[in-house]
Amino acid sequence: MSEPLLEVDGLDAFYGDFQALFGVTMRVEAGAIGAVIGANGAGKSTLLKSIAGLMAARPEAIRFNGVAIGGGPAYRTVARGVALVPEGRRLFPSLSVEENLLIGGQLGRPGWWNLARVYELFPVLAERRALPSTALSGGQQQMVAIGRALMSNPKLILCDEISLGLAPIVVRDIYARLPSIVREGSAVVIVEQDIVQALAASSYVYCLQEGRVALAGAAGTLSREAISAAYFGV
Amino acid sequence: MTEWINVIVQGMLIGGLYAMFAAGLSLIFGIMRLVNIAHGDLIVLAAYIALVTATTLGFNPIASLVIVVPAMAALGYGLQRFLLNRTLGDDLLPPLLVTFGLSVIIQNGLLELFTADSRRLQAGAIEVASIPVIPGISIGTLPLLQFTLAVAVIGCMQFVFYRTALGRAFRATSDDQTVAQLMGLDNRHVFALGMALSLAIVAIAGVLIAVRTNFDPAIGPARLIFGFEAVIIGGLGSLWGTLLGGILLGVAQGIGAHIDPGWQMLAGHFAFLIVLAVRPEGLFPKVH
Repeated sequence: MSEPLLEVDGLDAFYGDFQALFGVTMRVEAGAIGAVIGANGAGKSTLLKSIAGLMAARPEAIRFNGVAIGGGPAYRTVARGVALVPEGRRLFPSLSVEENLLIGGQLGRPGWWNLARVYELFPVLAERRALPSTALSGGQQQMVAIGRALMSNPKLILCDEISLGLAPIVVRDIYARLPSIVREGSAVVIVEQDIVQALAASSYVYCLQEGRVALAGAAGTLSREAISAAYFGV
Repeated sequence: MTEWINVIVQGMLIGGLYAMFAAGLSLIFGIMRLVNIAHGDLIVLAAYIALVTATTLGFNPIASLVIVVPAMAALGYGLQRFLLNRTLGDDLLPPLLVTFGLSVIIQNGLLELFTADSRRLQAGAIEVASIPVIPGISIGTLPLLQFTLAVAVIGCMQFVFYRTALGRAFRATSDDQTVAQLMGLDNRHVFALGMALSLAIVAIAGVLIAVRTNFDPAIGPARLIFGFEAVIIGGLGSLWGTLLGGILLGVAQGIGAHIDPGWQMLAGHFAFLIVLAVRPEGLFPKVH
């Protein structure tokens, strides 16, 4: 078996004295969609933040493309090809829609994605390119957040709760575009509270419970009982 | 009548200079929430660097800008990267204390090197040249040049801030430092560039003030106050507002001085206090 694109091995993470992750292990193959599910506070966002280089970690705990990247710094991790779509979108309010996208691409990593192709993926953004990012609806803001991450031409894109606070029809719309993102060669890791959505979109699932991997397996092979046991810890 | 027009015009022209003091100050506050107490002393430092350049190399003071501006920008980059970045955090106090210390060091360092004597940069014939506008009113070439330069500097800043990749990086980092890092921006570097730009403007302001008035190592804090007042009058975050704030301050001081020379500073501070009482958000606050 070839070396996976992302390999997390025995990752611990802390907020001060509080330990949020305990020896988490996961792997993501190139071109795959992986899902991380779990209850509130299970450590899903912490896992993504650690991979993106925002949390302190042992360098060897996270390997990307065979390089130890644990502990960041984040600006170097994104240059290596890992992009995070942060929870709550977190667009830059002082920047227009187009400027938000441009700043995502400011590293100039070569690849498929550019401004025109992001507008092709999300045509509504092209119409609103000059508006301040705060003037958009929640779903459109999420599109900007995803487009902004794509602009760095990542090999791995981490999506943190992209369905949070959005209407179901908008969520379906956004998820319908994930395959076209993977088709261009990026692997995707999604963090979701909506288990059905996560199972439908991904090929491999990790379930976190209180900072530990409680269950992992190919999306089709996991029974509902096993998932709810791992999710709720009962 | 012409007497009063004259007072107002001269006040407006000096206001451009105040706006330049203020622009650098508001730039770094906007980017990194850093209040630079040493700003005024850095203006004076720039004036002394210009003095040394002019006397040792025989440069015209205006020409000395080609040395003073890069020197101050480099100083700003280093200062931010190696000292001030370490003080930034959730607490506003550490950078305040460190820049206050810096202010003391610069003042005393200059005192040690150059004594407390008043200095002046000699710019030659341009100092007394003037352009008659209407009978009774002439505008000094030098003040006009300074004002034009101030408007040009603020116009350039506006352009950099809103039309270039560097400005985008400044605004993004100011909005959200964490997410800016996810875009590949090293905020320590972005902050250092911001301080470099701020001190490049300080350099221009320092040279202009050194040609216009006498200076000594102790005048920095007063320039800092003028800068603060211009920023607050104009409204935080608005560069053109800052220019207007500077002009208003200059005109108020001019009117005060015309009534009684002792009232110059007082009238400026009064104008500031009135704006603060009536419109605490400033005349042109940036809408968020």
